[in-house]
Amino acid sequence: MIRFEQVVKQYAGGTTAVDNLSFEAPTGQITVLVGPSGCGKTTSLRMINRMIEPTSGHILIDDEDVQTFNAAKLRRGIGYVIQHAGLFPNKRVVDNVATVPQLLGTPKAKARERAREVLELVGLPGDFADRWPSQLSGGQQQRVGVARALAADPPVMLMDEPFSAVDPVVREQLQDEFLRLQRDLGKTIVFVTHDIDEALKLGDQIAVMRVGGKLAQLADPAYLLAHPIDDFVAEFVGRDRGYRALTFAETPPLPLATEATVPLGTTPEQARAATDDEWLLVVDKDRPVGWIQPHVIAAPIESAMLHRGGTVARASGPLRSALDAALSSPSRRGVIAADDGTLLGTVRAHQVLQAIEATERPEVDKADIAPQQTSEHVDLSLDK
Amino acid sequence: MLTSVWRWLTDGGHWQGETGITHRLLEHLQYSGESLLIAALIALPIGALIGHTGKGKWIIAVANAFRAIPSLGLLFVVAMWFVSRLTGDSAYLVPTIIVLVILAIPPLLAGAYSGVSEVDPAARDAAYGMGMSGRQVLANVEVPCALPLIFSGVRSAALQIIATATIAAAISVGGLGRYLIDGLANSDYAQMAGGAILVTALALLVDGVLAVIQQLTVPGGLRTTSVSRRKQRAAAAAVESAHAA
Repeated sequence: MIRFEQVVKQYAGGTTAVDNLSFEAPTGQITVLVGPSGCGKTTSLRMINRMIEPTSGHILIDDEDVQTFNAAKLRRGIGYVIQHAGLFPNKRVVDNVATVPQLLGTPKAKARERAREVLELVGLPGDFADRWPSQLSGGQQQRVGVARALAADPPVMLMDEPFSAVDPVVREQLQDEFLRLQRDLGKTIVFVTHDIDEALKLGDQIAVMRVGGKLAQLADPAYLLAHPIDDFVAEFVGRDRGYRALTFAETPPLPLATEATVPLGTTPEQARAATDDEWLLVVDKDRPVGWIQPHVIAAPIESAMLHRGGTVARASGPLRSALDAALSSPSRRGVIAADDGTLLGTVRAHQVLQAIEATERPEVDKADIAPQQTSEHVDLSLDK
Repeated sequence: MLTSVWRWLTDGGHWQGETGITHRLLEHLQYSGESLLIAALIALPIGALIGHTGKGKWIIAVANAFRAIPSLGLLFVVAMWFVSRLTGDSAYLVPTIIVLVILAIPPLLAGAYSGVSEVDPAARDAAYGMGMSGRQVLANVEVPCALPLIFSGVRSAALQIIATATIAAAISVGGLGRYLIDGLANSDYAQMAGGAILVTALALLVDGVLAVIQQLTVPGGLRTTSVSRRKQRAAAAAVESAHAA
């Protein structure tokens, strides 16, 4: 666990980068610091490994003040990933990754062996290890950056906009892999980003910061979307937040209708006999693959003829997928599948909406209605 | 004219003995090598440290101002000061080396300084962030990354030294400059031209040798992409032109 206790960072000119910041980043979870530029999120991160020293206050890792450690030794025990990867151009990938184990005294051969293992973990197997950083794409360099931070297996990782310099497709891929990795590794991670979507996707807990280095709200993603504490947070969290909050709501048991299906290769006559409806669902080994209009087709059904607009939602997935399946389906019937991809049935949008209305929204924290603010704010507390 | 120069260069007699070309070449190389070594030992650590700490940049400016001093004038001043204090050969050799060292320091200093200070800030940040000490950052990241610019400084300094070492002959020291000074005194133009050709050839040869050493020592990652090569060339050109100015 990382704990900030009234941490302040003021610069010589009098600007306050971080103002009285207190929060906890729980062990084994991802805490995201998010906010517009100039909100002090990177400064806060860099105070954890003492790349920047606080003006006052304390930062504790597992109840030990970071100030009590030698700065270089402290940093060797903390993974550090930065925006442009910051790979050493003079060292091959494997030696970049072996850096911290070697600093900790692991013999070179062993450190390299470990480096190759970690590179495989981040999806860079085999000969990638022997390349120079300049021979890698931006996304690959970022992977090496993550591998380098993981090499000595530190319990704590600090990540400063690690995925923001790569294109959106690669970014999404890196985020997914990062989450998969974290499920196995369970590191205590503090992650900085300016991208609220990234924060909502990755964070177990999100600290929204405002310009001037103040903490605006600390909450899990579902709560943040449901109950932004003020206009600033509401605007920062953005539009569609009601819909986006469904990402974090589990799908309850839905009233599924049995759907008539035909396999690939069905003749037009068979297809027309299978249903009276305008649309017919086509399956391949019990897995829904697409919709077809039986009265339009003139040849046995093949994959290229299918309407692909409808999405398929997992019954165990979030409500957002279930609603999207209903909304995107050409037949207006949303396809719901089991975890192994086999068809369970279909559901209509109004049924999903009913389920949504029946779900409980995150309960409002009393402290959020009556925030305990500093003296400059009016105290609106009701229960006095 | 050309044939007489050719005859002078190819005459076996001119290559032998105390005043022969072989001996003069070795003398020239010796003064140049010693000067380059001393200058490098002074300038490279200082330049790297200034780049590492960002402090003392005025030293670079002062060193650059030294480039404006005419070498020959400086040589005479230093030689006059030493001639009453030292005896024998060293009375002339020491002033020569001092002048050549002063000449070589600015490009070496500029190369080491700009090489270290231009290291990718993200790489430096990562190095500190992973727990390297200042010294480890300098030794493991900054200096290796600075090698291309350090080398262009060394090559530039070597060319300057070899060309300028000829003036040592003006204060009766050996080296290839003898052929220029003596040729001028005796109106032996074949000898003068031959000496000039030898100096040029030596400079090119040394530069070639240094280029090979550079290829062997600069980490591969710093010379794989055409972009970084272009950057290095541009930076090297900047060092050269700063020197010329």
